[in-house]
Amino acid sequence: MGYTLNFNLIWRHFDKLWGGLLLSLELAVISIAIGIVIGLVLAVWYVSAGRVVRAIIAAYVEFIRNVPLILLVYLVFYGLPTVVDLAYSAQTSFVATLALYSGAYLVEVFRSGLEAVPRGQLDAGKAIGLTPWQRLIHVRLPTMMRITLPALSNTFISLFKDTSVASVISVPELTYGAQWINFNTFRIVEVYLVVTAMYLVTGYALLFALRLVERWYRTAR
Amino acid sequence: MLGQIAYALPFLAQGFALTLWVSLLVVVLSLIAGVILGVGLVYGPTPVRWAVRIFSDTIRGIPILVLIFFVYYGLPAVGIHLQSFWAAVLALTLFKTAQVVEYLRGAVASIPKGQSEAAMAIGLTFRQRLAYVIFPQAFRRFLPPWINGVTDAVKGSALVSLLGITDLMQAINQVIGRTYEAMPLYILGALIYFAVNYALSYASRRLERRFAFIRD
Repeated sequence: MGYTLNFNLIWRHFDKLWGGLLLSLELAVISIAIGIVIGLVLAVWYVSAGRVVRAIIAAYVEFIRNVPLILLVYLVFYGLPTVVDLAYSAQTSFVATLALYSGAYLVEVFRSGLEAVPRGQLDAGKAIGLTPWQRLIHVRLPTMMRITLPALSNTFISLFKDTSVASVISVPELTYGAQWINFNTFRIVEVYLVVTAMYLVTGYALLFALRLVERWYRTAR
Repeated sequence: MLGQIAYALPFLAQGFALTLWVSLLVVVLSLIAGVILGVGLVYGPTPVRWAVRIFSDTIRGIPILVLIFFVYYGLPAVGIHLQSFWAAVLALTLFKTAQVVEYLRGAVASIPKGQSEAAMAIGLTFRQRLAYVIFPQAFRRFLPPWINGVTDAVKGSALVSLLGITDLMQAINQVIGRTYEAMPLYILGALIYFAVNYALSYASRRLERRFAFIRD
């Protein structure tokens, strides 16, 4: 015991944490955006596909969901370049990994949302003469969005927290900044207190913003 | 290549055993701590409720990696010296405990209020109400998400490799350091984690179906 808190060194190097937080958010936003595209396409494909395609999509989802993220990050960054002739930065590598990772989680979210769209709505769409494509855009996807938004918010926040794993391949995001200050100043308790607060504030701000979107979405129609 | 990997198999098996040991410890310890704190959250006096709420929301709001570093580097700084193995188990247990608290809260909240009132009406004490009325019903709602969450403990345990603990993840990295066979070893590792976690999530789905007859 007898540890005296001294935040001076943390504030002196605060640019490492602030820049790290911005990079964490950037990694999360890009990966999630790609993940949403993967998730939507595969989910829509899954619910209308035959057995073979379903099995392939399910294999992708189950594989990703049952393997630690850190192993996938290593596999893409250290493993993949040994078998394919590609060169990419750690940051690109992590975004690709987290995009594939979030895609697998989002397929599940979207798929259960699509299956929860009431049958009557599709029949109604058919009855007023909408084409399958119009039914998808104007009936199934909007209804699915409303059903999945709460689950979607939780997935987004959890993916934002997962960006901390990028630190293991030296992407200078928030957790990496924390470790840098940890090893260079030894103000250990202080730096992790500050970083905890930064993750909490950002996470709850995201949650609040997403809840607003949910409410707007519920009342807008 | 295959020869080198075969040569490394006993070493990988040791790492795998450590992964299972860490996961088992975390799962058991967090179950005990989580149920106690969860009961505190649902039935405790206001200060206890607030304390558990703040604990759970804080822990669940930060990345597990930050929590691991906080515990591992932070405890020695304030004079508490744990072996890195126990620091890792402590950090993962804190994380998992917060999840168990939420599973328990959700499970108890799903029991209709009338059950508690009826138990009170026939004169059962608080402990009897929990033991004979609430917990047996809440258990069925608690079990599937909890087993599903066990896979999180196995996956989370891979992060202890960053503290120099030779679990499966670290064993794989060390073998790669010697053999330079990165891709086959990462794929082998992925398949091992997959096999364990898929079996667990399969069990959870079976249980969910087993308890599907319960209606709200």
